[in-house]
Amino acid sequence: MTGPVRLTTPLGDEVLRLRAGDRVELSGIVYTARDEAHLRMQKDGIPFKPEGAVIYHCGPVIGNGKVIAAGPTTSARMNEMEGFLIDKGVRGLIGKGGMGATVRNQLKGKGVYFAFTGGCAALASSHMTLKGVFYEDLGMAEAVWEIELDRLPLVVGIDSEGGDIFDAARKQAEAEFGKYR
Amino acid sequence: MKPDDSLHYALADATFRAYREAVIRLPPDVLRAIEMAAAAETNPVARGEFANILKNIEIAERLGVPMCQDTGVPVVYLTVPPDVPFTQSLYDSVAEGVRRATQEVPLRPNVVDPLTRHNSNDNTGRGMPAIHVRPGAKFTVTVLPKGAGAENMSRTAMLLPSRKDQIETFVVETVYLAGSRPCPPLVIGLGIGSTFDGAAALAKEALLEPLDTMTEYEQQILAAVNRLGIGVMGLGGDTTALAVKVKTAGCHTASLPVAVNIQCWANRHVTLEVKQ
Repeated sequence: MTGPVRLTTPLGDEVLRLRAGDRVELSGIVYTARDEAHLRMQKDGIPFKPEGAVIYHCGPVIGNGKVIAAGPTTSARMNEMEGFLIDKGVRGLIGKGGMGATVRNQLKGKGVYFAFTGGCAALASSHMTLKGVFYEDLGMAEAVWEIELDRLPLVVGIDSEGGDIFDAARKQAEAEFGKYR
Repeated sequence: MKPDDSLHYALADATFRAYREAVIRLPPDVLRAIEMAAAAETNPVARGEFANILKNIEIAERLGVPMCQDTGVPVVYLTVPPDVPFTQSLYDSVAEGVRRATQEVPLRPNVVDPLTRHNSNDNTGRGMPAIHVRPGAKFTVTVLPKGAGAENMSRTAMLLPSRKDQIETFVVETVYLAGSRPCPPLVIGLGIGSTFDGAAALAKEALLEPLDTMTEYEQQILAAVNRLGIGVMGLGGDTTALAVKVKTAGCHTASLPVAVNIQCWANRHVTLEVKQ
């Protein structure tokens, strides 16, 4: 097994070479966004430069200007909300649990979805420095936090050619459970 | 109401310490189960996920911070010896310990009114903490912080008494429907028998049982669940669940109540003796 691919944001065409299952260590700025942040950005605009940007599905715990705990939230809630961001140039999404066919298609030829291990809030914050915040009125969990990553360990869940390891696992589970029917 | 005597202060303090310990450090048997599954895992992506989980556990312990940002809702079990009066003060003391833990650990304030969704900001509310009291030789408090991701995937069913084989099917179906959402690898609490509500209580209590040993029946259900191949975080692999633990109780001859309480890899619980 080869070592992880090291990438730094903003991301460019190098993401098109990634394949589902590749391990990546990601550095550079990412922006947190959950349901409310997506709605606000659709309405009032994207408060950062979207070209090559990476969105992290996360509602962190912030204290004393630091990231205390910042594990991923369930990405599927944002299944129908990513199109405008990808159209504007967002190249990466980070979250847990994978996403639906809509996002898989939107990412084709453009970007990837990274999985970060659910529940690993302490590990996440040990790779993070807080840089700023947008839309703070949405509250701590829903605001858009600007966070600098230092080699956060991720795995490519969905690649830019439609490869999707979550979908592969789902199909195996479906076939196996079918035996009970 | 503040605990007003040494006994109740001791219970509030033990609840606080048990909650803090529970969100920071996993019980040794749970950690061993994760380490053993990680060593046996053959899927390279899953091995990477296990490495992240084990590193996360180590960092949380070293820095004294919660291992997951969902610090749960407080589920509390008390054993009360004959010399401790069973009064409302016990409940108030546990709530006081939860409020202190919320401030001092700190915990994420998760408890809201179910309809208005108003957050109490101190992790207490009507009937919350959920407190279960039993007689015992020693005065102990157990704190089991229950996160929502896994709890939301739990299910209960009233099966046909003639179809015991459907118990395994129901467990496998529950895990299948949950997919990646409850943050596998899972610990599965399975309550069989009692009543509609009693089965669910048994399923949750099963999560407190040691994971080191499993009966043949538990191992059989675990193997069936792991054949689903959902894997760590739904990314595929050998390990969808770490353990299945069963608790049973007597039930009506015409009933077969079954409940599956789903728990993520962070099967957090701590028991402390309340020293007066």
